[in-house]
Amino acid sequence: MVGAPQPWAMGLQSSGGPIKDAISSFNELVFWLMAGITVFVAALLAWCMWRYSAARNPVPSQNSHNTPLEIAWTVIPVLILLVIAIPSFRLIYYQDRARDADLTINVTGHQWYWNYRFPDHGNFAFDSRPLQDDEIRPGQFRNLEVDEPLLIPVGRTIRVMTGAADVIHSFFMPSLGVQRYGIPGRTLETWMRADRVGTFYGQCNQICGVNHWFMPIVIKAVPQAEFDAWVESARTRFARVDDNTPAVAASDNDTIHMAATRQ
Amino acid sequence: MAYADAHGHDDHKPNFVNRWLFSTNHKDIGTLYILFSLFAAIIGIGLSVLMRMELQHPGLQIFADGQMWNAYVSAHGLIMVFFVIMPALIGGFGNWFVPIMIGAPDMAFPRLNNISYWLLVPAFLLLGGSLFVGGGAGAGWTIYPPLSDDTYQTGPAMDMALFALHLAGASSILGAANFITTIFNMRAPGMTLHKMPLFVWSMLVTAFLLLLAVPVLGGAITMLITDRNFGTAFFDPAGGGDPVLFQHLFWFFGHPEVYIMILPAFGIISHVISTFSKKPVFGYLGMAYAMVAIGVVGFVVWAHHMYTSGMDVDTRAYFMAATMVIAVPTGVKIFSWIATMWGGSITMNTPMLFAIGFIFLFTLGGVTGVVLANAGITQILHNTYYVVAHFHYVLSLGAVFGIYAGIYYWIGKMSGKQYPERLGKIHFWLTFVGVNLTFFPMHFLGNQGMPRRYPDYPDAFWGWNFVASMGAYISVAGFIFFFYVMYVTLRRGAPVPANYWGEGATTLEWQISSPPPFHSFDELPRIR
Repeated sequence: MVGAPQPWAMGLQSSGGPIKDAISSFNELVFWLMAGITVFVAALLAWCMWRYSAARNPVPSQNSHNTPLEIAWTVIPVLILLVIAIPSFRLIYYQDRARDADLTINVTGHQWYWNYRFPDHGNFAFDSRPLQDDEIRPGQFRNLEVDEPLLIPVGRTIRVMTGAADVIHSFFMPSLGVQRYGIPGRTLETWMRADRVGTFYGQCNQICGVNHWFMPIVIKAVPQAEFDAWVESARTRFARVDDNTPAVAASDNDTIHMAATRQ
Repeated sequence: MAYADAHGHDDHKPNFVNRWLFSTNHKDIGTLYILFSLFAAIIGIGLSVLMRMELQHPGLQIFADGQMWNAYVSAHGLIMVFFVIMPALIGGFGNWFVPIMIGAPDMAFPRLNNISYWLLVPAFLLLGGSLFVGGGAGAGWTIYPPLSDDTYQTGPAMDMALFALHLAGASSILGAANFITTIFNMRAPGMTLHKMPLFVWSMLVTAFLLLLAVPVLGGAITMLITDRNFGTAFFDPAGGGDPVLFQHLFWFFGHPEVYIMILPAFGIISHVISTFSKKPVFGYLGMAYAMVAIGVVGFVVWAHHMYTSGMDVDTRAYFMAATMVIAVPTGVKIFSWIATMWGGSITMNTPMLFAIGFIFLFTLGGVTGVVLANAGITQILHNTYYVVAHFHYVLSLGAVFGIYAGIYYWIGKMSGKQYPERLGKIHFWLTFVGVNLTFFPMHFLGNQGMPRRYPDYPDAFWGWNFVASMGAYISVAGFIFFFYVMYVTLRRGAPVPANYWGEGATTLEWQISSPPPFHSFDELPRIR
């Protein structure tokens, strides 16, 4: 599948994994409740405008209190909010962090590209830079393509550690249902999983300077074998000639240690 | 607006300079605030039209680069918040009508009132000027460091914007102190707190929010200024600081700030709905205390703006629950307004059109707020156009409709001349269609994941952006038309009596002439 925005679409992007599935189904519930409330209020307003227009109702009532009614419109919204709150809490705890992650990827935002590091696979790292308009081939999406996409194995739970080297960025993947800021001096943890083979597109989503609008994210979810082969080649292609790990990114030991203590 | 002409008694009429530059009269200062707000609106809305022109098609057309874009986006936000909505609602209508409605001769501190106004002018000049200095201040209206640090926003533009915020903040704090003192100490005999008109209640709550929230912004931007200029590292991790601290401080101010912008509009809408339904406001005490509740809870929900900043999940759960609680008092207000209309004898004059439009559009903006309160969904809606749609529905359509309702409701009182009804209705429909066409499609863009503060976007977002831009042009036509309506009103409007809305208008401003005399009350009114 392709996880990308569609022309004239109105709803959420299509789903590439379980987090986004959960968001979509919860969003559906909230949407219908909210649409119902909006229609209800609109209908009441329309009724009042029609029925109680000066022409139809020349003598106004002077009624300005009705305790049962006032209690009702306090209590019923509370009940509706409870209906929303229970699945909502469940969702955020589900989204929070991976229980048994299969691998960890460190994501670091830079002005204006992303850097991905694989601490569980020999700690190779590479930059992922946007493709300029003249590099875009037919069928590709302008402003969304990069030179080196991030490959992940399909169906595997991935711990994502976000950070930033300069200013705050935001790692935002709508079709995988994940977003975290990358903040200098901090490492944030979340997780993602793609259940469908495909290409997923995202963009930096926190204002980060001149080219904020031009630092896309491309994630390719591929079968495990293909991923393993890519890792093999990537380890040589992106072999580190130096060890200039950005000071802000967590070291491997930190990552593993933190992950272990949180289990 | 010659008060003296309308009312002969003891009016000393100051000369132009004394009256408008050194003014200590609450009505004159109110007028100055409204004129200032309209002028700032021309700039602020002008910026938004440029932005919509850029976004009408994919690609960079009229903006040189992303920095220029970021500077314009930031200036648009700050101008609309600090120099359009707040001066119109608080400085403008607040100054004009709070003293009259409580039967006070003037504000408690007339000279403080004067300095509150005149601090805004240099603030606006600094902010406007920052657009033309270097690359401008391009860190968004939220000015998060490190992007707002001197490494990334070099030159004085960002400092100018920060000092503009300081001046505007000082102006707001002084104004808030003035309102609180006036409302607590200068009510006419018999005007108990529980008899106060709802607009005065809304201003009282707003003033408290200002007094408690704005100093926090002041502290945050002071630290930012010293980080930028004096080598401190409050927000710089390399020096032991923390960028997330700034976010907490900013939103501790920023969230009450959105209620500061909407509460006075709540007050105005209550008066308009009651007047044109010819009924007293339904559930007066519930309405007043709903505003108090919104004000109080508004202080403990700030981090719902930071769901993706890496807060602990339990903290997110708390902020989510607290945020959803706000829907309850807001619902009380919406349903009480409808209940006020229920059984009434409704006339659809322009202020009423804006008020009913307000209720519907604020409801729409409110329910998208409930969607966004859920951190789980906001994980993919944070910072997208869904958020832009949400806050423009509650502010650009909420607060601004409140301002328009107030202007049409009170223009006869303020100027002594009535607006032309037909032109007012044309203005309403132009605005209503325009703003909905602008902002409704933004929900779709946000659902599809279009990030905010983008001058260029992937081509899939083109369609709805095009529609939004068309809507913006209609809205701005409505805005220009509004100036024509005001011109016609002041030039050829029919003179109006003291109470030109009839039996539904019961507050004190309808007891005195239109326009009111330079000194509103010869003797203090008694409220039974």
